[in-house]
Amino acid sequence: MEPFLKRLANGEVLIADGAIGTMLMERGLEPGRPPESFNLTHPDVLEGVAREYLESGADIIQTNTFGGSRLKLQACGLGDRVLEINRNAVLAVRRAVGDSAYVYGSCGPTGQFLEPYGQVSVDEMYAVFKEQISALFGAGVDVICVETMSDLNEATCAIKAAKNSAQVPVMATMTFDHTPKGFYTIMGVTIKEAVKGLEEAGADVIGSNCGNGIDRMVAIAREFRQYTELPVAIQANAGIPELVGDRAVYPETPDFMAERAGELLSLGVSVIGGCCGTTPAHIRALRTAVDSLRR
Amino acid sequence: MKGSDMGILEDISSALQRGNGKDVGKLVEEALAGRREPKEILDNGLIAGMNVIGQKYKDHEIFLPEVLLAAKAMYAGMDILKPLFLSGKMPTLGRVVIGTVQGDIHDIGKNLVCIMLRGAGFEVIDLGKDVAPKKFVDTAVNEGARVIGMSALLTTTMPVMKNVVELLKKDGLQSKIKTIIGGAPVSDEFARHIGADAYGYDSMQAVERIKRFFSEA
Repeated sequence: MEPFLKRLANGEVLIADGAIGTMLMERGLEPGRPPESFNLTHPDVLEGVAREYLESGADIIQTNTFGGSRLKLQACGLGDRVLEINRNAVLAVRRAVGDSAYVYGSCGPTGQFLEPYGQVSVDEMYAVFKEQISALFGAGVDVICVETMSDLNEATCAIKAAKNSAQVPVMATMTFDHTPKGFYTIMGVTIKEAVKGLEEAGADVIGSNCGNGIDRMVAIAREFRQYTELPVAIQANAGIPELVGDRAVYPETPDFMAERAGELLSLGVSVIGGCCGTTPAHIRALRTAVDSLRR
Repeated sequence: MKGSDMGILEDISSALQRGNGKDVGKLVEEALAGRREPKEILDNGLIAGMNVIGQKYKDHEIFLPEVLLAAKAMYAGMDILKPLFLSGKMPTLGRVVIGTVQGDIHDIGKNLVCIMLRGAGFEVIDLGKDVAPKKFVDTAVNEGARVIGMSALLTTTMPVMKNVVELLKKDGLQSKIKTIIGGAPVSDEFARHIGADAYGYDSMQAVERIKRFFSEA
């Protein structure tokens, strides 16, 4: 496989995968159990989900390790299983994709706050990410993906840990809320600040995932483009859940998202994928749209 | 009261707004030494300060870090005041049981509502996350709480909220214990659909609606 960053530098657009958690729930993960527990008990299911995303046309498949840091796993009694949980997740995706897609190691927030507003020191945060990322790298990921971050300092710890302990590119995405005053993370980080901080920390690809449907993601991408020369990654939710009968349903259909993908392309977004509520059908539609627009 | 008498209480409020717990502690001690009533310090110092924080947060002038620091400062002040009240209990607007529903372990939003409720003068019993329906109801009954607040961040866990409402109905408690829900996937419409009494779009709206429960009763 050609190196990830080289393809982006050549102007290629890569398609990332969609949601994992909901796929696991449909395959037997009980509510309340951490999705990462499946890495110990059901690696075959992870492999199956990865294969579905691969078959729907994704170039990048993420590992089921969003909550795979010690701080996060501790909360559900799995704090001493960091190595296995991360390793198994990488190996499962690799079995499914071989070298026909990049395996990216998902690295989400710890769920804890840094000092002074929380209890965790910067050193501890760094060490926690280093442990997780070393496990991901040791098992052979192609890209580390620091994602769904709202605190720039926490994201910085993770990016630095990745740069220092994994010789693979680092993608870093944050989650923004729309306010009447513009986009902010819940910790108050603007897109401009995010770009500066993520770049300084050493990320190779930056952008946004989660929190917004495709239309707001287009606005977010536009703002990222305004401030950065780095490749930009966008992974949108399938909208905000709406009530249909008894169930909350993510409203944005594969066709709806695919239709808007052209706007992301014209903004020069390099990695396009899905987040909460997206399915292999969304990824397939994105794949088709991107291929036809770039032909 | 003379204008200057408010001075130290205003100082407490602004130290709290700056998130300076040390200063809040010192100033509360000072106010007590100056014979201010604990209730006065609580209402016009700590709660007044949290009011400003809540409003600024709602207006997106400040964000979670400032709120968390202010909350820490508020607790620093409350810890000093608490033993001074008769029976060691803080005066309160009412008691609220709160938690993230079973199957869901997201708690930032729920914690924020706890902060804002305490900052508004409510007593909060925080059951944490992954809370079973029966535990919500049993705790509310045993502790004499009049409100149950539920949070969910997942489309897959929000149906649990309905189970809590149903359990209250079954036990004939629906008129005594009000329910309010919050979290990214839920809405006013969902609250109506499951028979919950209210929905809080954000932490401040949750506090307003809970206040309304108590004023209606």
